[in-house]
Amino acid sequence: MFRSHPLDSEIQDRTMREAFGAHAGALVARDPRVAVVLADISTDLFTEAAAAHPDRVVNVGIREQLLVGAAGGLALAGLRPIAHTYAPFLVERAFEQVKLDFEHQGTSGVLVSVGASYDWAEGSYTHFSPRDVALFDTLPGWRVLVPGHADEVPALLDRAVDGPEGAYLRLSLRHNASAHAGADGDLRVLREGSRAAVIAVGPLLDNTLAATEGLDVTVAYTNTPRPLDTEGLRDLASRTGNTVVLVEPYLEGTSAAVASAALADRPHRLLSVGVGRAELRRYGTADDHEHLHGLDAEGIAARLKAFL
Amino acid sequence: MMSAMTATYEDALALARRSVTDIRYPVVKTYTLDPIWVLYDRVLRIDPRRPDDPARDRFLLSKGHGPSAYYAVLAAKGFFPEEWLDSIADVDSRLGSHPDATLVPGAEISAGSLGHGLPLGVGLALGLRAKGYDSQVYVLVGDAELDEGSNHEAIAYAGATGLPNLHVIAADNGSASHGWPGGIESRFTVNGWTGSTVDSADHDALYASLTEPHPDGPRVTVAVSTATPHA
Repeated sequence: MFRSHPLDSEIQDRTMREAFGAHAGALVARDPRVAVVLADISTDLFTEAAAAHPDRVVNVGIREQLLVGAAGGLALAGLRPIAHTYAPFLVERAFEQVKLDFEHQGTSGVLVSVGASYDWAEGSYTHFSPRDVALFDTLPGWRVLVPGHADEVPALLDRAVDGPEGAYLRLSLRHNASAHAGADGDLRVLREGSRAAVIAVGPLLDNTLAATEGLDVTVAYTNTPRPLDTEGLRDLASRTGNTVVLVEPYLEGTSAAVASAALADRPHRLLSVGVGRAELRRYGTADDHEHLHGLDAEGIAARLKAFL
Repeated sequence: MMSAMTATYEDALALARRSVTDIRYPVVKTYTLDPIWVLYDRVLRIDPRRPDDPARDRFLLSKGHGPSAYYAVLAAKGFFPEEWLDSIADVDSRLGSHPDATLVPGAEISAGSLGHGLPLGVGLALGLRAKGYDSQVYVLVGDAELDEGSNHEAIAYAGATGLPNLHVIAADNGSASHGWPGGIESRFTVNGWTGSTVDSADHDALYASLTEPHPDGPRVTVAVSTATPHA
């Protein structure tokens, strides 16, 4: 029996996707610059907005090259486009459009994904997108926003829409128990210690907090990993023996180059914890996959203790 | 030096010959000259003195390979000095073998990789309509460029939703490896577009098709290059 839905959660009052839909609809109503382009995913959340603003809320069908290309065209017309669909189809299938249809044209846009690294575990590899943030690191200037809770989504979407640069908002069904940060971009210190600075990104914060229980380490949170708050990282590192741990809900090592460059002026140690590269060929639940990747509290704690 | 107001097709052709940019396409390099010339000379509402007017019509050269004809028309119409054509592809030139919209005055999009212009044109047409402009969007694609599937995503969507401010010019020089049995025009009309197929040397026929009203949906003009290519 199939057990889970790729987009929804029965146990969450409001998912990040629902928070996005509600806020994006409000932005469309409020700001005549804002347009939403969909590819059959989440059209249920934009029924009213599409009826009220048919020129600025469009569904192109299951056509991801057109999804991103048309968003680029809306940007050429002076609008601020928000293109949205499932992560691997938004970023990987249409990556050349992401590369050429915004920055190369002298414009920018907002891309909002759902699905993340293993949200719909029983959908398996075709619906996993752990590589997305690493791909944005190959392009100039993109902001990457990774909320850890639905309540963080509106401010992050505002930031993405307001900014002049491209922005990728990565939504997930994985989430922390509560919201922890606005959208100011700074690393937010939640616990202070001396042996390491552990930086948790988005929905892996709660697992990281549980994993570091009783350890003498600093734990800091960010939902704005690009641009990473490298000043904050340098400051935290200088107070923790220049020992840094990055815990990221996407491909392991994605931020290693950024952290390494930020700490290039000093001897330092860096541990990257994230989603593995191997194709697991397993189904089950997102909890199962978090465990298989060593990203549950137990797995993160084991990596940390071995490193320290 | 010609005047942008009085430049003729022959002037543009001479400029195109002056700017051999792409030795890989020495023969076909100007086969797009006819439709681009007719557009800029008789159809598009674009003022070279106000190239950023938000209400202007838009011409998107999707087929960015071999842009000699495009550069020649832009120069002939006064978007930039014709002397720029003499240093094309130099390291400091604003004109390369593929146009960069951020460098070329008058160029609406950066092109080079095939299959991007038509999806961009769909979004641009949507956006201009949303902003209340009656601007028309013209996208030039090549017949071989139509091999790219992204075009067919755009053709199906634009036809199904009836985008009336979108017009495609398919410049057909018979270069698609596997051809288009049944004709290029049919790929569009089966999706609800109107269209016609004309000889690209017949500028009046091009003009007639490019200005034929199409209030209920997008339109295609297939411009077939049958004459001896401009060498």
